[in-house]
Amino acid sequence: MILNLSTRKALQIQTPEGVIFNLTVAGLYTRFLAWAVDGAAIATVSTVIGMLTAFLAVLSPDFAKGLFVISYFVISVGYGIFTEWRWRGQSWGKRILRLRVIDASGLKLQLSQIIIRNLLRPVDLLPGLYFLGGLVSYLSMRGQRLGDLAANTVVIRIPETFALNTQALKESKYNSFREYPHLEARLRQRVKPTEASLALDAILRRDEMEPEARVELFRRIADHFRSLVKFDEKVNEMITDEQYVRNAIASIYRQKNVRD
Amino acid sequence: MILDLQQFIVQERPSWDELEVLLKKIEDDPNLRLNLDQVRRLHYLYDRTTSDLFRISTFASSPEILNYLESLVARAYGEIHETRAPRRRFLFLRWFTREVPQTFRRHIRAFWLSLGLTLLGAAFGAGMLYINPDAKETLLPFSHLAGKPSERVAEEQENMGKRLEGRKAGFAGFLMTHNIQVSLMTLAMGMTYGMGTVVVLFYNGVILGAVSLDYIQDHQTRFLVGWLLPHGSVEIPSVMIAGQAGFVLAGALIGSRKRLNLFERLAAIRNDLVTLIGGFCLLLVWAGIVEAFFSQYHEPIIPYNVKIGFGALQLVLLFSYLGFSGRKIKSESSRA
Repeated sequence: MILNLSTRKALQIQTPEGVIFNLTVAGLYTRFLAWAVDGAAIATVSTVIGMLTAFLAVLSPDFAKGLFVISYFVISVGYGIFTEWRWRGQSWGKRILRLRVIDASGLKLQLSQIIIRNLLRPVDLLPGLYFLGGLVSYLSMRGQRLGDLAANTVVIRIPETFALNTQALKESKYNSFREYPHLEARLRQRVKPTEASLALDAILRRDEMEPEARVELFRRIADHFRSLVKFDEKVNEMITDEQYVRNAIASIYRQKNVRD
Repeated sequence: MILDLQQFIVQERPSWDELEVLLKKIEDDPNLRLNLDQVRRLHYLYDRTTSDLFRISTFASSPEILNYLESLVARAYGEIHETRAPRRRFLFLRWFTREVPQTFRRHIRAFWLSLGLTLLGAAFGAGMLYINPDAKETLLPFSHLAGKPSERVAEEQENMGKRLEGRKAGFAGFLMTHNIQVSLMTLAMGMTYGMGTVVVLFYNGVILGAVSLDYIQDHQTRFLVGWLLPHGSVEIPSVMIAGQAGFVLAGALIGSRKRLNLFERLAAIRNDLVTLIGGFCLLLVWAGIVEAFFSQYHEPIIPYNVKIGFGALQLVLLFSYLGFSGRKIKSESSRA
């Protein structure tokens, strides 16, 4: 079975305790969307300030104009710096799209890093619409634009808080595999973690699939499991491919002592 | 052996949730200081979650849990393993009187390069205009510099500063923001290994040189100096400081400090860059105010000698500040 795992860029960090973890680097498209949201946020705040300064224009149109010009500049330049500092690497756009700026070494993000990555934005924007920054980010192993390189920062995706459907693992029906504990043990031994994970995902999402795709997918997974461990022919005859995979997953994920 | 995922989650999830709550609290307030008990608890939860991550990455698992734990450990790792000294409380006076000038002097060679390129550009601009006066439109593509200088001087003197009546604050705002944008671009161009910074500084010099020669040839030197010096004595050095910052950045990219790798070199100059940025932004705010409210008034309202004297004094003060401020205090602190 070919497991098409992610080809996304990842930031790998090893802790002094020896644990290695990978953080998924944000893609260009998601970052562009976050940037668009931030642009809309800046426009909204500027509009509000424009309305407020319009009241001041009654007293002094010149002062109101000067104040608006400066306020707009401060907001457009300072927005990213303020929000990323206040929310530890997240602007509004990044919050909505579950992105975060982090130090490339995994350490705490410093204010100087935030300032540099935001103030070097003009060079990333060249010649327009983030072309240079996008190109550098695309070519970079860590998806860093020029500002990120100078600041040693990386924009990562924040994973969703998981909600594992443990009910799906419950053995509501009789599991014929339990009749063969030595084969169950062999199955646990031979099935790779990624394969077990993929099969579990297939079970959890089976109701979302088209009927033909569902049958075909479970046939392929069941065939793969059958190639790893050969149960008695009777087991194969009595159950469908889907039930076969369910039984296999229940055997893999649940230890005997807990089940009993 | 394959982990009993269900039992594992039920058993460990309270620790993960507690760690998440604690991290959120820290992340929501950048200035939060944990007490000793909270630090101990954070460390315990981090160790436990790291151990969970290790277990789950060794045995079969759901990718969602793996990603979640990796993200959680990454957040806690950043908090716990940070060893860089926290930046001291920002005190404006100390920053302005010590840090800015000290940082400027620390990278003085980059400033000389900046100055040299501007002067080279000025010589080029003046030379081109001298050789070919018809090149004026190309060298100075700005409407207010297109005409004959003596005509503009006569117009300005007749106008008596009324041109900007009721528009000075808006004009000052425009000047400040525009000059800061140009300076930030000059700095950011350092990321092109300094090539972009060279171009921006040289081009600024070309304009400066061409304008100067144009006015001098038309015998309007007093007006030129009286017009440019009050704000230019701060504005032009500020753009050069931005160029200096750009070259510091380029120097880190190129690798003038050979013992360090690229990321260490960039990290070593990061705080200096921020200090220089703060310095030139502040100077440009002042230059914008002076240009809008002072430079645009000419004789007979303000005598040229007063404007020239003001500009010259400002220039002396600026370079005294950059050259000497913080010097004595620094030597005292090094003795201590």
